[in-house]
Amino acid sequence: MSETIESERQTADDPMLAVSNLTKTFSGITAVDGVSFDVQEGEMTGLIGPNGAGKSTTFNCITNLVEPGEGEVVFDGEDITGMQTHDIARDGLVRTFQIARELREMTVLENMMVSPKDQTETALAAVLPGMRNSVRKEEQVMVEQAWETLDFFEIDHLAYEFAGTLSGGQRKLLELARALMADPDMVLLDEPFAGVNPTLEDRLLDRLHELTDQGYTFLIVEHDIDLIMNNCVDVIVMHQGRLLAEGPPSTVRNDERVVDAYLGGEVAE
Amino acid sequence: MSTVGGIVDQVRTRLKESEYGDASLIVGIMLAIYVLYVLFGLSLGFNLNGQINALQRITFLTAVFAMAGLALNLHWGYTGLFNVGIAGFMAIGVYVMGIATAPIDPESASAIPGLGLPVPVGIVLGIVAAALAGLIISLPALRLKADYLAIVTLGFSEIIRLSFSSSTLQQFTIGGYTMGTGGNSGLNLAGDPSRLVRDFYETGFGIAPLDSVSNGIVTAFNSVGIERVVAINVTYTMLVVLVLVLVYFMMWRLGNSPFGRTLRAIREDEETARALGKDTRLLKAKSFAIGCGLLGLAAIFWQGSRGLTTPDTYLIELTVFVWIVVIIGGTGSNTGTVLGAALFVSLLQEGPRYLRNVIRNSFEVPRAPTSIADAFGSLGGGDPLPLVAYVFEELAALQFVILGVVLILIVQRNPKGLMGHRKEPASTLNLMDPRPESQTDSGTQEATDE
Repeated sequence: MSETIESERQTADDPMLAVSNLTKTFSGITAVDGVSFDVQEGEMTGLIGPNGAGKSTTFNCITNLVEPGEGEVVFDGEDITGMQTHDIARDGLVRTFQIARELREMTVLENMMVSPKDQTETALAAVLPGMRNSVRKEEQVMVEQAWETLDFFEIDHLAYEFAGTLSGGQRKLLELARALMADPDMVLLDEPFAGVNPTLEDRLLDRLHELTDQGYTFLIVEHDIDLIMNNCVDVIVMHQGRLLAEGPPSTVRNDERVVDAYLGGEVAE
Repeated sequence: MSTVGGIVDQVRTRLKESEYGDASLIVGIMLAIYVLYVLFGLSLGFNLNGQINALQRITFLTAVFAMAGLALNLHWGYTGLFNVGIAGFMAIGVYVMGIATAPIDPESASAIPGLGLPVPVGIVLGIVAAALAGLIISLPALRLKADYLAIVTLGFSEIIRLSFSSSTLQQFTIGGYTMGTGGNSGLNLAGDPSRLVRDFYETGFGIAPLDSVSNGIVTAFNSVGIERVVAINVTYTMLVVLVLVLVYFMMWRLGNSPFGRTLRAIREDEETARALGKDTRLLKAKSFAIGCGLLGLAAIFWQGSRGLTTPDTYLIELTVFVWIVVIIGGTGSNTGTVLGAALFVSLLQEGPRYLRNVIRNSFEVPRAPTSIADAFGSLGGGDPLPLVAYVFEELAALQFVILGVVLILIVQRNPKGLMGHRKEPASTLNLMDPRPESQTDSGTQEATDE
């Protein structure tokens, strides 16, 4: 079934991220079952589905935190299937986590400074006098950029706090800000709105739209269907490891299978 | 026990409020320890040379354990690597140094020949060998979770110790060079770091001006009544302290840099570091190898004045000692590690023996009873002295009990140690500084423009 949907969705321009026939089995249980979808550049795409639909596993397979069993992942024209997680991030595909993974015992500013990928982080450069000076200059530029990014998310007042002391919503903002410091082309957001209060949620959405306008690509896993339907250009629906539907919100919303399997099920709970 | 907590809290507040730098903190603690030991010495009737030798010994052991502690702090405090093979890496450093510097044709027939290399070359080889061993061990082990690294390193250190004590490696020949570990009876360290100091005093390295300088130093020491042997010991200790200062400086730079920042990110959450594009395996291997090299260095200077090293030196106890140093001082803090070494050496390792001698000197302590039951029996009879005597007799064994109790107390009451609460800036810049003023007051719009 998923194949027919996929063929309908073929578009002319190359997608930013193309996942085809992704499959992952955990000791006999198929968590992701032959999933294929595209994400277009400069768009916000939503990935929805009930608990256990395989959304997070799909993310993990794309970034190879979990080794994909079968299938292919092409990012920006390059086959990244099975590439090292850190190399994928360096290529410009950065992910965030469902439960914000702030580096607790480091300050917010230090968290931000971890990300930049072109920094000189060899042991020798840290110790030798001449090289250390150029590292210093490099870091001065990075600090400036970190402050500007913190400004953008309006969390600059938290810069000196230990990340472990932030509220749930602030952590989500920090996580996105930190991901942006890694200079990505595309960010995979795993439930960025979970546990975030409505005010922060609006701010986060605002920023996401602004960043999309600047050319960033986002793929967002989310439980809140309305939020995805109202904000994303394209929506992907997963159910029990399979792709159920893919398309603009208006199409997906009226898809019988989606209504049955997902929306119906959710209401019945 | 609450008093212990109270004292620690007080020390902490002092440390927090302290306007003085870390250096003066360390010097202050060392001075306090010196005062304690001078008092010990006075009550034991030490003469000047005895006093100086005691202080020299405390300083020397503190410096050596501080070095090893700093290495472990890089592993555990910064990177979160659970290294329980410390003794093994230290053994490799010492043995490689010893084999490299042993003379090709030893004077005594029973001595084991070596490669006859100069002492500095031997030291470098020892460090490199320990670092390489760390690298080789880390490559497979770092792919696994932390606990597995512990198992692998523990096994490794025992393999090393048993290999060095095996008769197979006692003496062997490779490519025409005969060398060996000396097996169970140990390895003669004919050319160790202390030989540099002895050479300096004996011949001035064969350079006339240096010889007259060294003779001048000895004369100066003599004029205040300090013997030549003590002068040599003090000089060697000062050399070790100098090495410690260099190591400390290097560790400080390593920690306060992008390298140290990424290591800390790995310690906090390795998966996040990977998701942000960090090659965590490479960085962990680097951190592990650097730390192992430092362990080799510490061990070389530690054993470097004894003339002989035996496999028994590298039992798991040694690993535990270094861990205690880091746990007392507080993981993650280099200054804390040095303080931890000072307290460990002076109060836990050497202190009990001095205290025993002081008490034996001042009180009439009877012969020790043969069993602990007898000792407690007479305690029940109202006479505590047999128990005291028993404790003194068995002090070496009981010291481990004391160490265990101290360890439990720290982990329970103060898991962060003395200075673990303090965070070193993870950057070459001080990230707690106020925000740098940027020239153009760019609004939020430009914030993420690349």
